[in-house]
Amino acid sequence: MRHKPPVDAVICGFGATGVLVAEALTRAGLSVVALERGPMLNTAPDFQPSVMQDELRFQNRHGLMVQPRLSTQTFRHTMSETALPIRQVGAWQIGLGVGGSAVHWAGQCFRYSPDEFRLRSQFERQYGPDIFPEEMTSQDWAVSYDELEPYYDRFEKLLGVSGQAGNIKGRIIEGGNPFEGPRSDEYPNPPLARVKATRMFDKTAREQGLNPYPCPAAQASQAYTNPLGVRMGPCTFCGYCSGYGCGNYSKSSPQTSVLPVVLERPGLELRTLSVATRILMSGKGKNRRATGVVYVDAENQEWVQPAEMVFVCAFTMDNVHLLLVSGAGTPYDPVAGTGQIGRNYAFQIWGYANFLFKERFNPFIGAGALGQIVDNYNCDNFDHEEPLVTGKPFVGGGYVALFQYGTPPIAASSFGSGETAVWGAELKRKIREEYLHMQQVQSMGANQSYRDVFLDLDPTYKDRFGRPLLRVTYDIKPNDHRMSNFLVDRCVDIGRAMGGTLLDRNSREGHFDITEFQTTHNCGGAIQSATPDAGAVNKFGQMWEVPNIFVYGASQFPQNAGRNPTDTVGATTLFGLDEVTRRYLPSPAPLVDT
Amino acid sequence: MMGPAPYALLMGLVAGLSATLLLGPNRATAGTINTAEIERGRYVARLGDCRSCHTAEGGTPFAGGLGIVTPFGTIYSSNITPDVGTGIGSWTKDDFWNAMHSGIRKDGAHLYPAMPYPWFTKIPRADVDALKTYLETLPAVRSTPPENDLWLPMRVRESVAGWNLLFFDEGVFEPDASKSAEWNRGAYIVEGPGHCGACHTPANLLGGPERDKLYQGQSIENWWAPNLTGRTPFGVADWSKEDVTAYLRDGRNDHTVASGPMSLVIENSTQHMTDADLAAIAAYLKDPPIGTHQQSVSEAGTESKTGKALFRDNCSACHGADGEGVPGLIADLRKSGVVNAPDAAGVLHVILAGAQGNVTLGAPQRPAMPPFAWKFNDGQAAAVATHIRQSFGNRAGPVSGSEAARLRETLGLQ
Repeated sequence: MRHKPPVDAVICGFGATGVLVAEALTRAGLSVVALERGPMLNTAPDFQPSVMQDELRFQNRHGLMVQPRLSTQTFRHTMSETALPIRQVGAWQIGLGVGGSAVHWAGQCFRYSPDEFRLRSQFERQYGPDIFPEEMTSQDWAVSYDELEPYYDRFEKLLGVSGQAGNIKGRIIEGGNPFEGPRSDEYPNPPLARVKATRMFDKTAREQGLNPYPCPAAQASQAYTNPLGVRMGPCTFCGYCSGYGCGNYSKSSPQTSVLPVVLERPGLELRTLSVATRILMSGKGKNRRATGVVYVDAENQEWVQPAEMVFVCAFTMDNVHLLLVSGAGTPYDPVAGTGQIGRNYAFQIWGYANFLFKERFNPFIGAGALGQIVDNYNCDNFDHEEPLVTGKPFVGGGYVALFQYGTPPIAASSFGSGETAVWGAELKRKIREEYLHMQQVQSMGANQSYRDVFLDLDPTYKDRFGRPLLRVTYDIKPNDHRMSNFLVDRCVDIGRAMGGTLLDRNSREGHFDITEFQTTHNCGGAIQSATPDAGAVNKFGQMWEVPNIFVYGASQFPQNAGRNPTDTVGATTLFGLDEVTRRYLPSPAPLVDT
Repeated sequence: MMGPAPYALLMGLVAGLSATLLLGPNRATAGTINTAEIERGRYVARLGDCRSCHTAEGGTPFAGGLGIVTPFGTIYSSNITPDVGTGIGSWTKDDFWNAMHSGIRKDGAHLYPAMPYPWFTKIPRADVDALKTYLETLPAVRSTPPENDLWLPMRVRESVAGWNLLFFDEGVFEPDASKSAEWNRGAYIVEGPGHCGACHTPANLLGGPERDKLYQGQSIENWWAPNLTGRTPFGVADWSKEDVTAYLRDGRNDHTVASGPMSLVIENSTQHMTDADLAAIAAYLKDPPIGTHQQSVSEAGTESKTGKALFRDNCSACHGADGEGVPGLIADLRKSGVVNAPDAAGVLHVILAGAQGNVTLGAPQRPAMPPFAWKFNDGQAAAVATHIRQSFGNRAGPVSGSEAARLRETLGLQ
């Protein structure tokens, strides 16, 4: 293998977290190489307005996503099954190229509530330890809301989030989310303008005694300059948002927030079309260290990039995969209950109810985070024992919301009454009679972690580099079924009270369906923990077993919350990086004593 | 390749003038060591934007070799590092003064006026000396530029003598006592080291400046160097002084984002100027005597339905339905100098080839517009250009498909 000149740090994956790492390290004067498996992507010309608005290419054919032929996982529901490779883009959509999945995200930029970070102790205190089934391994985070707050604030300002604060330093503000943790400051931009449907949702929810608030949106509601001097333009509600790149500098992505500054820093060398295939390791026990990364470039040439520090910043599953194939950390063994890499993988429990209204909407207008939310049924914001919860109480919760993303023409054919119609009289009838009258009330539910839900290396299938594929063992458990039913009932309540006729109701029943797109919010597998026996990394993202490897992203989450993860991904990364630059760079050592 | 007219060589400040009036911030004081002299020279080099022309694409700064396209062929900039064989290491301060002030090389031959000595002649001796002192601190680079590729008669350097007779007024800047110190400082920078007229003053058939049309704009390297005066409505005429200084400092302001050759001038020169110097330039450019609206403008044309529809689908997402843009990020098309120029080259260039803003100390982002040459045919590009030039309060003439075709071919776009 050929060697590149050594650098201070190598970053594997140049998406949401990778660019933050590059910004912090080059600001500190370090030499940094960033490896990105996909191509360079930039606002112009790659997300050109009038080109991006192509539903067939980008939504149906996944033009911005990792295709399974490039990288995939194997999947099974239980440990007794044999996993098979995922050969079509299905339940989740992972972004390919610079910016990663933060290019095509919807821009829903929620903080987690303080209780999410102390989930286990909060629910145990409130409902007794028996609320946790024996197999449920959800646990408290290592970091607290109060520790993360300044970094949430910084990340939201980098992204130019548009929203309405509900709690500033303990003062509850009407129109915001009264359940949120205390914020140090307002959102940097006012909320997005509302549409008829979100106004109707807001009114009905208020009449039901709930506390609706506008979704914190990483779409700029006005021209904005972030703390790095990067400018954004106001969102035009073009409706091609989630699943697409933004061509008019409105939806925040690495390209519109951090990348312009980072790319000019002399300390950074970005190598695109370069796949990090293995972290090079040396030493044993306390002396275990990474010495660099092996990667393969576009010409299929294999290189060694020596480095003092390795930052693992790829997508959740790819982070865990890279650690496992490199022998970095001890793999999780669900039978013996040993090891941490691959443990506490979780997904998210999405549900919805579709309605037909007499009112006419203009559903082609939209933005990924144009919505009204109620958090009354999230986390421990409500009593899980009564009166609405019938049957056995569950751990977790979720938000209930109405979003108007913008319904493009092909998607319109799968909505409405009756079967999906992609041509002919039935399609025309639907478009004519129903397209302008459809709305969906949906819930984003938490997903708990379980002993037998995890990531490991597949014994059979290999990728194009000869590495075992990552194997996902996942199913939806009774606790989460109950939660999903409860949340979708709330969706039905609100939608009916809005005056809608219920068309269909979709809570998560039975086994998990790997073929239906749900969300891209995979998490866990390299979780943060207060002590080395409970997770893979400390609260700064540093591996307990290998102190010069730092792992960022939702792979740190010990279970999933009933909210979208990106704000917390950003905040935990910035929180970790502050400590890396403040304490690790002057004196490389474990940042939390063991 | 850089624009036809000379972008840059050296500059400086005025000796015969009151020092408080014209001296730059790094003025040497008697008895100080060379550092002050070097810093003064470095600032003169910034004012004159030497670097933009004397650096080949991807080459070592100041080592020359950049091809400068003129109507008479291509001239390659010289190596002004202190290399003795290939640079100006053997030049004395007198040799250097002769080049800067009179356009005469060390060997006695005439410089071509692609080197803007017709402007640099206004720089006083002390600053030219400081500039030479600064250039002597650069690493010596052994590099000889390619041979010039010129038509007759300009291939013969003696022909420049005739040109000089017609167009060259030798002599350092003389302040106008009736004006403020700030105005005079601005006039000095614009007319001297800044050599703004090299691009922004229309050139005649012989490449000489049309003195009666100072700063009234011309097309240059398939771009439009806008009118800097108040003689036509729109553009700089409608900018405030703060708009002018923001543009020169950050490469953008509330109206526009720099593109084309001006990007390089901002990156290498104007963003490094002091706030006082930028304010002086604005004071001079915005002085009413430079002109109030005088030129006639085109009648508003008939609206192009095609152009309007194409604009809505392709342009309005960023530029807004009314062409208003986003301050500091996306150009405001309303009453823009480039949009309303007599020549549509600038607006067509941006539509076909796209454009990219520059990175400055004050604005770290490179906002970019994607190209549309692959998407629009010539007729469509012309229709959009026409729509933009005749809507939103703009008052410029229609654009033909053949203009778009010519530019497409010149730029080598598919």
